[in-house]
Amino acid sequence: MALMRETASSPLPSFPHRHLLGIEGLQPHEILGLLDRADEAVEISRQVNKKKSVLSGRTQINLFFEASTRTQSSFEIAGKRLGADVMNMSVSTSSVKKGETLIDTAATLNAMHPDLLVVRHHAAGAVHLLARKVSCSVVNAGDGPHEHPTQALLDALTIRRHKGKIARLTVAICGDIAHSRVARSNIILLNALGARVRVVAPSTLLPSGIHQMGVEVFHDMREGLKGADIVMMLRIQRERMNGAFIPSVREYYRYYGLDAEKLSYANDDALVMHPGPMNRGVEIDPAVADGPQSLIREQVEMGVAVRMAVLEALAEHLPNK
Amino acid sequence: MAVDAPKPLVLSNARVIDPARGLDAPGSVIIADGTILAAGPEAANQGFPYGADVVDCAGAIAAPGLVDMCVSVGEPGAEHRETLASASEAAAAGGVTTICTMPETDPVIDDPALVDFILRRARDTASVNVHPLAALTKGLKGEEMTEIGLLQEAGAVAFTNGHSSVRNAQIMRRMLTYARDFDALVIHHTEDPDLAGGVMNAGLNATWKGLSGVPREAEIIMIERDLRLVGMSRGKYHANLISTLDSADAIRIGKTRGLDITAGVSINHLTQNENDIGPYRTFFKMSPPLRSEDDRQAMIAAVADGTIDIIVSNHDPQDVETKRHPWAEAEDGAIGLETLLAAALRLYHSEQVDLLTLLAAMTYRPADRLGIDAGRLAAGAPADVVVFDPDRPWVLEKSAIKSRSKNSPFEDARFSGRVLRTVVAGRTVYLHG
Repeated sequence: MALMRETASSPLPSFPHRHLLGIEGLQPHEILGLLDRADEAVEISRQVNKKKSVLSGRTQINLFFEASTRTQSSFEIAGKRLGADVMNMSVSTSSVKKGETLIDTAATLNAMHPDLLVVRHHAAGAVHLLARKVSCSVVNAGDGPHEHPTQALLDALTIRRHKGKIARLTVAICGDIAHSRVARSNIILLNALGARVRVVAPSTLLPSGIHQMGVEVFHDMREGLKGADIVMMLRIQRERMNGAFIPSVREYYRYYGLDAEKLSYANDDALVMHPGPMNRGVEIDPAVADGPQSLIREQVEMGVAVRMAVLEALAEHLPNK
Repeated sequence: MAVDAPKPLVLSNARVIDPARGLDAPGSVIIADGTILAAGPEAANQGFPYGADVVDCAGAIAAPGLVDMCVSVGEPGAEHRETLASASEAAAAGGVTTICTMPETDPVIDDPALVDFILRRARDTASVNVHPLAALTKGLKGEEMTEIGLLQEAGAVAFTNGHSSVRNAQIMRRMLTYARDFDALVIHHTEDPDLAGGVMNAGLNATWKGLSGVPREAEIIMIERDLRLVGMSRGKYHANLISTLDSADAIRIGKTRGLDITAGVSINHLTQNENDIGPYRTFFKMSPPLRSEDDRQAMIAAVADGTIDIIVSNHDPQDVETKRHPWAEAEDGAIGLETLLAAALRLYHSEQVDLLTLLAAMTYRPADRLGIDAGRLAAGAPADVVVFDPDRPWVLEKSAIKSRSKNSPFEDARFSGRVLRTVVAGRTVYLHG
């Protein structure tokens, strides 16, 4: 890609944080620095020999309290490509009680001296609680509806590699904003980098206070997509479709499902994204998901690169004695 | 339909009342091609259309046909009680030219295909305009929201849970929120189901009769809850049938807070009170129950000052199987289409509500609230007109009731004010005598 890019001004400034718990609190140049690192990681990942040794001898534990295939394997591959010893620990939510048990788990793990802990939990704030109880670096791989920072970073990386910039792009985030950690992290990141952010959703899927979150709110998807450069779809959980938040799949698809007709309201070169896993025929038409404007597969590749960048940046702060 | 378009019609020598314009003056109404060409004192200045039928109204009132936004019909599922055809005959006899049908049928109108069914049956069998109201929740169970967007596209004009309230405040909040995106009106029955639990107005009367009471607070609490939810959701809300003095006060306050709310009252609660029940006469059993005379007076005052926007018949046909039971076991409901205007005129004759205000509450106000093109004698509007003599006396005889069910609380009642002619889209659908 030969486009001019917005990048961090100085060459790879060090990342000044011990943990990555969210996009909130990151400076724009820190975000851009991570994206620059990730660009390099993309190149490494495309080589025959994908191995680096910056995490050689380090132990990375992926602690997932909530099922995940994509994110967990992405972190696993990222850690391994950097030379770390990666261990996956999936804790089924049913066998774990909140609060005390979470702390107990943290103490147990801490005693094994991991260097990096990647955590996903169904409760907002659980990763922050863990981070206070362990002595290693913690990466938030999604905590309830709060944040999913590496998803926002990989989305930004994907956009930047195609559009050459983030600033002044119009990004429409569509779907279940209220329950989405992806939406929250993206709204913060895209605003920090100067994009114009829109949300498109029925009012029942918008959180209170949305009007003060630095976004334009649309209930009509065609209006919301007009002039958009990026259309970012969100997954809608089936359990929201039974009449509690929206009446039915068919009504949701009619008004908020991304099909070619609605997409035609966006700019001609608009790109379509989705964090996965998709509900084809619910929030997105398969023809659009697999169409020429879709970046959905590429997002997965960028996910590994971004996670390599994050792990590498955090590793620079790990004690060496 | 141009093939059998009705001849032009002129209603001359009439007292023309068009509440939307504040018009009350001698004049005429000129109708052609199913729409109003002109109405008022100057309508005849350019002569009458060629070949028009000219009717001399002899000073009777010509007003917009009434719009009744709360009508239960037994179709589908209980056609022995009322069909769209029989309901529209009753409506026409009462000067009602537009009815909105409640979704409490079998099956419940909670699917776009059923809205379509009502509209097709109405087109084929009804002589007045029919607009379906769709269910607010699936099966009217108060649990899951219906497809408001698709139902609206199919032709539903508003959404209601019928004669039951949505008990769960969170669900009601989400309904109001979701409906707002579609600019859809939520029409709500306001009676806390847990607190209500009785069979007539709570108080001394119920106690002496040995009947369990529905406290007035059951309604007031539900209205006050709803208004808070409307404030949260900024939804569009109509309290369908209010019946107590405090309910009117709550609505009054809600309106001063800038909420998008309106309120309705049934004709029964304007003209009857709990004493009319007499010896357990079940035709007077309804929801909300008939209240005290103080409450009735408060309802009249609220219509007069505009707090109550809309008057409805709350027409609800019930047959002997559902009504001929001990009071507590009998169904709620009374028919009212044929007597709506005549009963409302009692408030005019008692000089409590002026004629323009009274008619406004049954013509353009409900039409505007529902977004229906009706309720006006404006040029270009559908030619739906009622001609009535406000003073002509008559008695409601059971044998003359056109509704398929005869459960009228006005049986043998005396009225002053008789519908003489009802016109729908330029066609006379009812002619007295």
